[in-house]
Amino acid sequence: MMDILLNAAPRWALLHAPVLLVMVPLFLAPVLALVPSGRIAWLVSVFATAASLFFALILLGQVQASPIGVVSYDIGNWPMPIGIVFRVDALNAMILLLVSAIGVLATIFSWPTVVAEINKQKHPLFYSAFLVCFAGLCGVAITGDAFNLFVFLEISSISTYVLVALGAGRDRRALPAAFNYLIMGTIGASFYIIGIGFLYAATGTLNIADIASQLPSLAGNRSVEAGFAFIVIGLGLKAAMWPLHSWLPNAYSYSPSFVTMFLSATATKVALYALIRFLFTVFRPEFAFEQASFTFILMPLGIAAMISCSFQAVFQTDVRRTLAYSSVAQVGYMILGVSIGSIDGLSAGLFHLLNHAMIKGALFMAVAGVVLTYQGTTIRDFAGLGRSAPWTMTGFAIAALSLIGVPLTAGFQSKLQLGYALFEQGMWWAVALVVFSSFLAVIYMGRILEAIFFQAPINPRKSRKEAPILLLVPLWVLALANIYFGINTEFPLGLARDAAAAAFGLEAFR
Amino acid sequence: MKSDHHVILRVVTKTLIPIIFLFALYVQFHGDFGPGGGFQAGVIVAVAVILYALIFGVPAAMRAIPPVFTRSLAAVGVMLYAGVGFWALLQGGQYLEYQALFHEEPGGHHGQHVGILLIELGVLFGVSGAMLTIFYAFAGRVAEIRDEDW
Repeated sequence: MMDILLNAAPRWALLHAPVLLVMVPLFLAPVLALVPSGRIAWLVSVFATAASLFFALILLGQVQASPIGVVSYDIGNWPMPIGIVFRVDALNAMILLLVSAIGVLATIFSWPTVVAEINKQKHPLFYSAFLVCFAGLCGVAITGDAFNLFVFLEISSISTYVLVALGAGRDRRALPAAFNYLIMGTIGASFYIIGIGFLYAATGTLNIADIASQLPSLAGNRSVEAGFAFIVIGLGLKAAMWPLHSWLPNAYSYSPSFVTMFLSATATKVALYALIRFLFTVFRPEFAFEQASFTFILMPLGIAAMISCSFQAVFQTDVRRTLAYSSVAQVGYMILGVSIGSIDGLSAGLFHLLNHAMIKGALFMAVAGVVLTYQGTTIRDFAGLGRSAPWTMTGFAIAALSLIGVPLTAGFQSKLQLGYALFEQGMWWAVALVVFSSFLAVIYMGRILEAIFFQAPINPRKSRKEAPILLLVPLWVLALANIYFGINTEFPLGLARDAAAAAFGLEAFR
Repeated sequence: MKSDHHVILRVVTKTLIPIIFLFALYVQFHGDFGPGGGFQAGVIVAVAVILYALIFGVPAAMRAIPPVFTRSLAAVGVMLYAGVGFWALLQGGQYLEYQALFHEEPGGHHGQHVGILLIELGVLFGVSGAMLTIFYAFAGRVAEIRDEDW
């Protein structure tokens, strides 16, 4: 399939795919700020994200076809250590594909919810901010320059704060949530930039590949170790690593439904990608201090996230908060996979990252449908919706089963891979904890499913109110993807394995 | 002017504002070969307008430079910057490769000059527009609840 795409694509697209992937949405964003009509802005956003998806597919094909597994692009034709380089290997090709595919689905579904939740004059500016955020996330994933990564991280974060704050039209608590997120996110970005400063002081370069090549000769350097600590904390904050996740539940529960859906499926994933890039490509797991931080910091934190946030999710009354706490718990699974420090562990973590994006995307889309038709997000509001909105709620249920990890769903496959990786290291106790955390997921998702399918509706007059078709199609695409990739894991698992190999700097096996 | 208050401030400001704009342009075009450039110049331009708003009031400043204009200016700045990159692409170079703008040999400097000039102009528009938009957003904000009602 990739061959057909590579043969059919025009030459300019093949040559300039890395930069066009980021710059098409980033150029269209200010154009949208000048457009008067929200509907045109929406169509342009769909076009921009679809273009990015097209370029992401081309890049994936090029990376898989390339003998060294790397596609790089010199901005302004300045070669690597001097200029900024966009460098794509199997790891970021996977993340780019994820972000742009979710971006397209999210944009298509966004129109009805944006009309309902955002002030009419703000529609074009809303889409403008969304495209900036989207371009920033793609930029973080594609760049090969540590400082440029910071810039793109801030581009995406600052527009995210705006998007979250726009939820104030529906619920005023969006404003403190956005402010809290702003403070925490800025602290995270500052920590990251301080860490880059330490690395720059030690190596004299900002290029990620160049830093990586110089670090082995600097083993034991105190400034490198301090830089490592700052970067892990900074990116951990952005990725909502437990106990640095306190911004996430509020930001997810009060922002506009479309923003929640898009962020939950992409923003933390991209930050996690940056963390993995630093943990495995820049610093090597061979470094003694990194091995120690895997065993004594990341693994306990990942497990704590799995258990404690699943418990917190059980006691929420709001569906969006339940899902938000569950997101932190799922980040815990990914961190656990990463902290094993083996190729299998990392590929399990990345595989779960892909699957979780599909799961949470579908869940939050279904919740957006309920917000649209019933204006409520508490579990009580969901009572009896199985009868009045069967299509929306069946999509929700499929994704919920996948989140729990029921066999024949994507969520089961990634927990299976995580289990294999843990068993290989003899960590059966961690497997037991993963299973325990899945039981907690049964409880918190079960409460919602029970309300949906087995309780009487609170307002029987509001019967048969399905979400609009624009919302149902992307929802079902994701729901069916959950089932398809739960049965046929070849494509996502292959992506994750190649990505893990690329993160270790090995030749991607194919 | 209906009041005689602050007459000195008004007169001094009126003479200062053109000089501030002139200094902004100096910083802007000095940026090629010395300290300065679009960002600093953009801030200085915004300072001139903010000074006007402080002395003559925000409504007067908004009449002179409407918020729609500042917002559009910021957007146009980003488009100009990104547009130079796309121009280089259309000429067959890499993104933002100034050398490719006029198909020059490695010795030529015309493209380098034009490229950085346009980029800096984009930064000037972007920064001054964004600064003024932020200022208007804060200064023009009407409290939703009056202070006494708390």
